Amino acid sequence: MTDSLFLLVYIFLFPGFAFLILYAWALSFLDRKIAARMQQRVGPPFYQPFADFIKMLAKEVINPRGVDWRLFDAIPLVALAAVMTAFLYIPVTGASPLAFPGDLVVVLYLLSLPAVALFLLGWLSRNIFAAIGGVRAVTMLFIYEVPFFLAALTPALMAGSWSISDIVLWQQKNLWFVFLQPIGFVVALVGLQAKLERTPFDIPEAETEVIAGPWTELTGRRLALMDLCVQVSLVAGSALIVALFLGGPALPWTLSPPWLNALAGFLLFLIKTLAIILILASIRVATGRIRIDQLNDIGWKYLAGAALVQVGIALVINYLWVTP
Amino acid sequence: MAEVVIPIGPQHPALKEPVNFRIIADGEKIVRLELDLSYNHRGIEKAAEQRNFIRVLPLLERVCGICSHSHATNFAKGVEEIMALEIPPRARYIRTIIAELERMHSHLLWLGVAAHEIGFNTLFMWTWRDREAVQDTLEEMSGNRVHYGMNEIGGVRRDLTPAQIQAALSRLPVLEERVRQYRQMVESEETLLMRFRGVGRLSKEEVLKYGAVGPTARASGVDYDVRKDDPYLAYAEVPFNVVTDTSGDVYGRTRVRVGELGESLKIVRYCLEHIPEGPIRADAPHTAPEGETLSRYEAPRGELAHFIRTNGTDKAERIDIRTPTLANWTSVAVCLVNQNLADIPVIVAAIDPCLSCTSRLTVVNRNDGTAGVITFDELRRRRDRQWDRQELR
Repeated sequence: MTDSLFLLVYIFLFPGFAFLILYAWALSFLDRKIAARMQQRVGPPFYQPFADFIKMLAKEVINPRGVDWRLFDAIPLVALAAVMTAFLYIPVTGASPLAFPGDLVVVLYLLSLPAVALFLLGWLSRNIFAAIGGVRAVTMLFIYEVPFFLAALTPALMAGSWSISDIVLWQQKNLWFVFLQPIGFVVALVGLQAKLERTPFDIPEAETEVIAGPWTELTGRRLALMDLCVQVSLVAGSALIVALFLGGPALPWTLSPPWLNALAGFLLFLIKTLAIILILASIRVATGRIRIDQLNDIGWKYLAGAALVQVGIALVINYLWVTP
Repeated sequence: MAEVVIPIGPQHPALKEPVNFRIIADGEKIVRLELDLSYNHRGIEKAAEQRNFIRVLPLLERVCGICSHSHATNFAKGVEEIMALEIPPRARYIRTIIAELERMHSHLLWLGVAAHEIGFNTLFMWTWRDREAVQDTLEEMSGNRVHYGMNEIGGVRRDLTPAQIQAALSRLPVLEERVRQYRQMVESEETLLMRFRGVGRLSKEEVLKYGAVGPTARASGVDYDVRKDDPYLAYAEVPFNVVTDTSGDVYGRTRVRVGELGESLKIVRYCLEHIPEGPIRADAPHTAPEGETLSRYEAPRGELAHFIRTNGTDKAERIDIRTPTLANWTSVAVCLVNQNLADIPVIVAAIDPCLSCTSRLTVVNRNDGTAGVITFDELRRRRDRQWDRQELR
């Protein structure tokens, strides 16, 4: 009984959906505020993402002529559900109770779903700008996904497990992967930036080129949910990188009582994800948008190459240093 | 993907004013395009012919919200030429100071817009922040941020006090520092170079063939600047360089504009420090003798030409305004072909288009190619017919 109650609390309250959404809004606010201050603007108040969400929920939903509205309603929900599910497997206070060998692969695929959803939305919109944006979104998926997967799977290679919680455990015993695999860490950060479609990779929704890309025909609650999906992806993506490269919420030693241990882990998680957001926001502020053909060059020539080099280095280290 | 038609405009986030491109694209490559201009014909030339010279100046200032001083000065200059009126040196210097401040705020605005077109919003925010310093100076001098209302036939309407000159001089060092910073940014920021280099290239021959003007021409190595080639106001006495570049692409146009920012700062500093004493206006007659002139002026976007014909009254018989954007449009249509879809906004923005200033109307009979005028009654009849058709639908 207590076990299933614990699971329910974990999934729905903390650190599951309720916390996830609140934290997504908080991170999204911080991201906007940091960017604004760097650009010498004032920036939004802390409740802005929440206010945006409520406002958009209340707005009229417009169905473009000839569009299957059921699919149009369903796609944002599916995308949001996918990223929220992905977050459940990522350690927040300690190892996730839902962890199983192989959850890393599931998380990676679930995090890819929003891009596919955007492509579908663009294709269904019967709008030339949305269609171009959708095609760009899926083209980009093929470019950044391979290096991102490679970079995210290299820690698993070294830790000898496909479970994120086990990878965190390995780092607790040995060393953070950011020191062992610095190239992979950089590739993963760049890949995450592309996954979240943030400058310089905001190609699918480039405002001055394709209006809002796949988002063009989204209105009301669909827009609200899709927006929330991106904000949740920001949390899930940075939490994944924290778990894979920065040792997640694990402390090098165990505190007692257990709740103190969990609290310390949670604080570590917050600090580390905030650091990731700071890096991502800085990249966003410091760059302009590149073209999709240029991204293709960079992605396959440098990112994929760097990720492969990292895999090679990891294999060599594995061979030389037989881990206990 | 097969060939698709992408309508850009008249309403589009990349365009600040109405214009329509029908882009025929193959995937992400532009195959050809059709340009549809003149959504915003305002009849300013006709209205200017109905007013006397005193009332024309405020009207012409409203041709453009950014180069307002250019239009008023150019018209005043032309009419003074017909009247054979020499304006006092202090007035010439004040006009030059306002003109160069205007160029600075226009180029800073452009730099921000160009950065925004490639999604580089930080540069956008920073340049517009610094533009405020220029606008503050203009406001202190003229009382206005946009339409300065400084000109009058025969001189200027407001004098500069020593305090205003001091305040303007005190702002210059900050701006000089910032312009240095922008030059460095433009030449070294990686994403900016990726998006600007080799994009929208125009050779020197093409520029001459299509008659491009201003920074667009100078970026392709055409050393043409009315301020140097046909000096007016105080430009003959002020030392400055014409900034040119050889690359001919958007990157070159950016470098030319940033270079011109530096030159404008130098001109403003020189004029403020060397402004002669004396009256600010000469006594101008109310009427101009019969005559015509082509008054030329280097506006921020390029050569601005006003053709003015007078007939001995206090009104101009004909005013024809050729804005630099009109001269640059053809070159845009040429350099867009074979470019990437993503580069449309930045190529279009690179000429710094000012669309509503450019809107003109000529009625051409499609069958025999004759051009003419239609009367107001005929215009109303056509409108009614169109409305009838729409109701039937």
